Amino acid sequence: MLEVTDAVVRYGAITALHGITFEVNEGEIVTLLGANGAGKSTTLRMVSGLQPPVSGSITFRGRDISRTRAHDFAKLGVSHVPEGRRIFPQMSVEENLEMGAFRRRGSTSEDLEGIYETFPILKERRKQLGSNLSGGEQQMLAIGRALMSRPTLLLLDEPSMGLAPMIVDTIFRIIGEIRAAGTTVLLVEQNAAHALRLADRGYVLENGRIVLSGPSSELLVDPRVRAVYLGEDVEAGS
Amino acid sequence: MREFFQRAPIRRLLVILGVVLVVELITGPPGSNEHPVAGFTGSYHEAASYFGLFRTQRWVVFLTLALVAWGITEFWNWRGPTIRARASDALAGPRQVGEKRPVRVGFALVLLVLAILLPHIVNNAFWQSALVTYVAIYVLLAIGLNVVVGFAGLLDLGYVAFYAIGAYTTAWVTGALPTPPPFGHALDAFWAIPFAVVFVVIAGVLLGAPTLRLRGDYLAIVTLGFGEIITIFANNLYGITGGSTGTKQIPHPVFHVGPIKYTWGLAPVPYYYLALGSVVLFLIIFSLLQRSRVGRAWTAIREDEVAAESLGINPLKFKVMAFAVGAASAGFAGVITASADNFLFPSSFTLTFSINILVLVILGGMGSISGVVVGAVIIQVVQAYLNHTPPAGYQQPDLYIYVGALLITMMIFRPAGLIPSRQRRREITLYEKSHEGHPDEALLGDDV
Repeated sequence: MLEVTDAVVRYGAITALHGITFEVNEGEIVTLLGANGAGKSTTLRMVSGLQPPVSGSITFRGRDISRTRAHDFAKLGVSHVPEGRRIFPQMSVEENLEMGAFRRRGSTSEDLEGIYETFPILKERRKQLGSNLSGGEQQMLAIGRALMSRPTLLLLDEPSMGLAPMIVDTIFRIIGEIRAAGTTVLLVEQNAAHALRLADRGYVLENGRIVLSGPSSELLVDPRVRAVYLGEDVEAGS
Repeated sequence: MREFFQRAPIRRLLVILGVVLVVELITGPPGSNEHPVAGFTGSYHEAASYFGLFRTQRWVVFLTLALVAWGITEFWNWRGPTIRARASDALAGPRQVGEKRPVRVGFALVLLVLAILLPHIVNNAFWQSALVTYVAIYVLLAIGLNVVVGFAGLLDLGYVAFYAIGAYTTAWVTGALPTPPPFGHALDAFWAIPFAVVFVVIAGVLLGAPTLRLRGDYLAIVTLGFGEIITIFANNLYGITGGSTGTKQIPHPVFHVGPIKYTWGLAPVPYYYLALGSVVLFLIIFSLLQRSRVGRAWTAIREDEVAAESLGINPLKFKVMAFAVGAASAGFAGVITASADNFLFPSSFTLTFSINILVLVILGGMGSISGVVVGAVIIQVVQAYLNHTPPAGYQQPDLYIYVGALLITMMIFRPAGLIPSRQRRREITLYEKSHEGHPDEALLGDDV
């Protein structure tokens, strides 16, 4: 569905991604793991057009999208939930969700019902302002808003950031449900254990390069992953 | 002793005394060798003309003022919260009625009828012309700038440029400039309107397309530069714009279509109706836009540009649109001013002018159309009054001191403006419900 080949991203003189190659197949949950500054968010920003690559190619359903501008991605069926949630603080929950359907004509009431079914708390809070929600509710709102454009590929940037463990469980359960409903998910996470338990496959980024990849079950037992990202002692882990 | 000065009421008294001292010095007569403290003591003559009731030295008057102000502050600290709560309870009903659409439309119609009758109510030559030159033109400019600053959140410090382009287009179309008019012969000033609108919209797009990728302060500086460039062009392109002397030959507008012919003359009232008509037209256009898809896109961009972009909104497109739409009303204002005044100088289009308009928008409430109109009317009427019948010692530039002080006071007590936009107002009520704090904290602590 999504293929990235030898993509290089630079911020001015600094190279953030040194030619990375990965793919996401239809119906999968794929996770990108890595430490701070490894290039996870950059990868996501690149895939959604916010930071176009200087070289390399990105194809989505056989179509080159490396030069497509960010605001045209919604039309393609790619929806990005940016890092830090970025909901509209002075719009109500419902208005936030409506904004998600900006590029779509026609009624949104059915989609709203769907979102409220997935996130009942948002229905309760639908008249409240975005800024008055808790962190977890804001994350749900950000995901709900992205789903309003009926994406086929959902890009999630650190959905667990700054959330209580219980809320993280809920969010991850819902990501699973979203996939079950037919949306492919590319998930960037620091919470490697959680992400790998949910995902089908994973890639490990280090300093702008992919150093490891494979099915989640293999990565979960890989000694390097266990040592670096699951915080276990190498010997104890193996 | 030290403890005494640290008590809150005493500290407030000291602050008020300090502020009053500064005000007294600013408004007082300048000192001289013979009267070094004239700013405080003033003269008996001046004191008499200040109030007319009693003859005393200035410092007595100001000390009394300070004590009264302190009394009010202390009373408000003591009873204020109760009064505020009771007022908000009492207003809840009327406010709900006021939110209903038919009520709002009815209220707007009543105001419109009042505005139509106004020149006959004041029935005074100065005020009839002030309604055009001080009020209507500025309302037109303020609601246009509100689209750029309030709706789309773009700080434009060169708004005067669009006003200038509108005015110069009028001069060009009517053959008052050294440049030959379009199609070789001069047209009526009325036909300058379509030309002016097209030109300012083009200017808005030309300025916007390359610069609106910038954000915040950077954009403000570029627009400031644009305003200066237009003024300098007008000043220096002698063969095209008439240079620093401008032109004094702009004819009054004539509306002439088929059998209908109407000529605007020297009397201000017909210009008032022309300006009022434009204000109403733009009020309708802007409020429809605000509620449309475009308006929602502007709100989204203002609140979070990256999020808006990832939801499929093209930020550049909508920002350029805001610039062009906002410029249109300034173009109108330029046409009306130029053809009413008959003359035109580059020196009237200054940075100060842009900032004045911005102040009207901020005081009224950014993003709130009704607030901006009310704010502009109040400030401009007060300004016209002060220029017409200045109190003792008042000079025109003094206005900036008072407007500056008013701005600072507003930022402390009512940061969202006189009539905050619907969104801001809703935020305040929600905040009051969820927290027991000062409602304005919701607006100050905007760290999301």
